[in-house]
Amino acid sequence: MQAYIAKRLLLFIPTVFLVTAIVFILLRVVPGDPALLLLAGDVAEEDLNFQRDKLEALRKELGTDRNIIVQYFDWVLGMLRGDFGQSFFYQTPAVDDIKKKFPVTLELAIMAVLLASCVAVPLGVISAIKQDTKADYATRLITLMGIALPNFWIGIMVILFLAILFDWIPPLLYSDLWNDPWKNAQQLFFPAMALGFSNMAFIARITRSAMLEVLREDYIRTARAKGLGERVIMSRHALRNALLPVVTVAGYEFGSLISGTVAIEVIFTVPGMGRLLISSILWRDSTMIQAIIVIIAVLILTLNVFLDLLYAWLNPRIRYT
Amino acid sequence: MSQQPAEVPSLPQLATSGLRPKRTFWQNFGQFVRHKPLGVFGGIIASLLIFVAIFAGVLSTHDYTFPNSSKILVSPNSEMWLGGDALGRDMYSRLLHGARISLYVGILSSFIGTTIGMVVGVASVHYGGVADLVVQRFVDAMIAFPGLILAIAIMAALGASINNVVIALSIAYIPSATRILRSQSLAIREMDYILASRALGVGDWRIMIRHIVPNCFSLYIVIVTLHLGGAIIAEAGLSFLGIGAPPQEPSWGAMLTGAAQNVRIAPWQAVFPGLCIAMVVFGWNLLGDAMRDVLDPRLRGTT
Repeated sequence: MQAYIAKRLLLFIPTVFLVTAIVFILLRVVPGDPALLLLAGDVAEEDLNFQRDKLEALRKELGTDRNIIVQYFDWVLGMLRGDFGQSFFYQTPAVDDIKKKFPVTLELAIMAVLLASCVAVPLGVISAIKQDTKADYATRLITLMGIALPNFWIGIMVILFLAILFDWIPPLLYSDLWNDPWKNAQQLFFPAMALGFSNMAFIARITRSAMLEVLREDYIRTARAKGLGERVIMSRHALRNALLPVVTVAGYEFGSLISGTVAIEVIFTVPGMGRLLISSILWRDSTMIQAIIVIIAVLILTLNVFLDLLYAWLNPRIRYT
Repeated sequence: MSQQPAEVPSLPQLATSGLRPKRTFWQNFGQFVRHKPLGVFGGIIASLLIFVAIFAGVLSTHDYTFPNSSKILVSPNSEMWLGGDALGRDMYSRLLHGARISLYVGILSSFIGTTIGMVVGVASVHYGGVADLVVQRFVDAMIAFPGLILAIAIMAALGASINNVVIALSIAYIPSATRILRSQSLAIREMDYILASRALGVGDWRIMIRHIVPNCFSLYIVIVTLHLGGAIIAEAGLSFLGIGAPPQEPSWGAMLTGAAQNVRIAPWQAVFPGLCIAMVVFGWNLLGDAMRDVLDPRLRGTT
C-alpha cells in the first residue's frame, strides 16, 4: 500500500505542472498579447492608430513585456504563494474574487450530488431487483433521458414549470448560507436539482449494474440458502458490496458536475465561479480565466488521487494491477 | 522430380475459413435489426437528423435569417408553425438549419478527436518506454479538465465561431479516446497472432498497420458514435453560454440563450430547441450503445 501511495503521489506532481503548462499555453500564448487585446480587441497591431507608448506602458504594467518562459515561472511561483495575479478587469487580485465565489459553486455542486444520490441509489436498486419489469424499464428510460437532456435546458424547464405552476421563480439576489440559510436553500435547491439530474441518471445506471453483478455472486446464494430474509440480503450483503464502485464513480463524476455548474449558474443567476468564468471570457480577463481553470483542474486532480487511494484501500485487488 | 508443395492457405484465409461462416453486410444488418430494436430506433433518429440537415433549405418555410419585426415572439400558428423568436425569425426554419450545425460539429469533432486519439494511442504503445510515459502524463493532465472546462478554455483562447467549436471539442475528446485505444492496442499486442506474425518476421510497422489498427477499428467506431451525441450537447452548451456558435447562427444552444428570461411569455422558444437536442442525442446514444454491444461487448458499462 505504501508503494502505491508513493507512486500515485509522485505522478501527481508532474501532472499538476503539465496542467499549468497547458492552461498557460492555451490562455496566454495562443490568444497573443493581452495588452493589445485589452486596448484594441480583435484589430491587428498594424491597423492601430493609438499611441505606441500607451501599449508599451500597459505591457510593462501587466508584465507581458518579459520573456514568455520567465512569465510562466513567475505565474507558477506566484500561485504556489497563493498569488494568482491581478485581474485585468477588476484591477484587484484575482484570488479575492475567487475566494468569494468558490464556496457558492462548491455548495451548489455538493447539494446536487446529495440530491442525485438520494434519488439514484434507491432507483438503481429497485431497477436491479426487479430486473426486466415495468419499474426497471421506467428507471432505464429515466436514466437514458438524464444522459440525453442538456442540464441547461433542464434548468430552463424548471424555471418554466415554477413560473407556470406556482407563479414563482427562485429569488435572484443571492443570500449567504450563514446569514440566511432558508433563503439560500430556496435559491440553490432548484439549480441543484437541474444540475444533479444527469448525475442522478448516471449514478442510477452504475448502481443498477453494480447490484446486478453482486446479485450473481456466490455469497448471495449462500445467504439465501441459509434462509436469510430477502430484505437482509439486499441491504446487508448486496447493497453494501455494490455501493463501493458507486461511491467512487460518483466521486469521479464530481468533475463534470463542476463544469455543469457554469451553465446552471448563468441561468439561475447564482454568483459562483462558473458565472465569473463566463463574464471573464467576455471581458477578456485572461488572468482570471487562467486562475479559475487551474483551480478547477487541480481540485479535480486532487480529488481523483484521493479517490484512487480510497478505492485501493477499500479494494486491495487494485493495488497490484 | 520436384514436387510442387500443396497450396498453403495464407494466414487471413486460415483465420476466416471454417471457424465462423462469413456473413455479408446485409446479414449482419438483419441480425442487428432483430436483436437491437432500440439501436434501430436510435439509428432512425440519427438518419432523420442527417436527412433534415441535408434538406433544411427545402423543408423550411421562411428565410431563417430574416427578422420580421411584426412577428416578434409570436406564438405558434398556421403560418409560423413553431412561433417566432425574439427578433421575429421563424423558429421552425431556424430549428431545421440548426440540425446542420449540430451534425457538422458532432461528426467533425468526434471523428477528428477520436482519430487523433487512435493515432496517439497506437503510436504510444508502439514506441513505448519514455514516449509512452510522457504521452500518458499529458493525457492525465488533459483529463484533469472536467467535461466542458477544457473546451471552454479553448474557446476563450480562440473566440466564438463554429469551426473553433469543432477544434475545441476535437481536442477535448483526444485524451479519453487515446486512453481507451491505448489499452486496446496494449491488449492486442499480447495476442498470439501478433506473436505468430513476429515469428514470421513481420516488421513492427507492418504489425501496427496490418494487425493492431484494424483490430482497434470496431472500438474506434463505437467511440466515434458515443462521442457524437456528447459533442452535440457540448456544442449546444457552449453556444448557449455565448462562447460557441455566434448568436446570429441558428444553433440550437444559441437559440436557448435568453429563453430563460422570456420563458413566461414565449415558452415555445425554450421548449423546441431543447426537445431537438434531447431527441437527437437520445437517438445517437441508443445507436452507440447498441453498436457497442454488438461490436465490443467488453466496453459495457465504461461510458
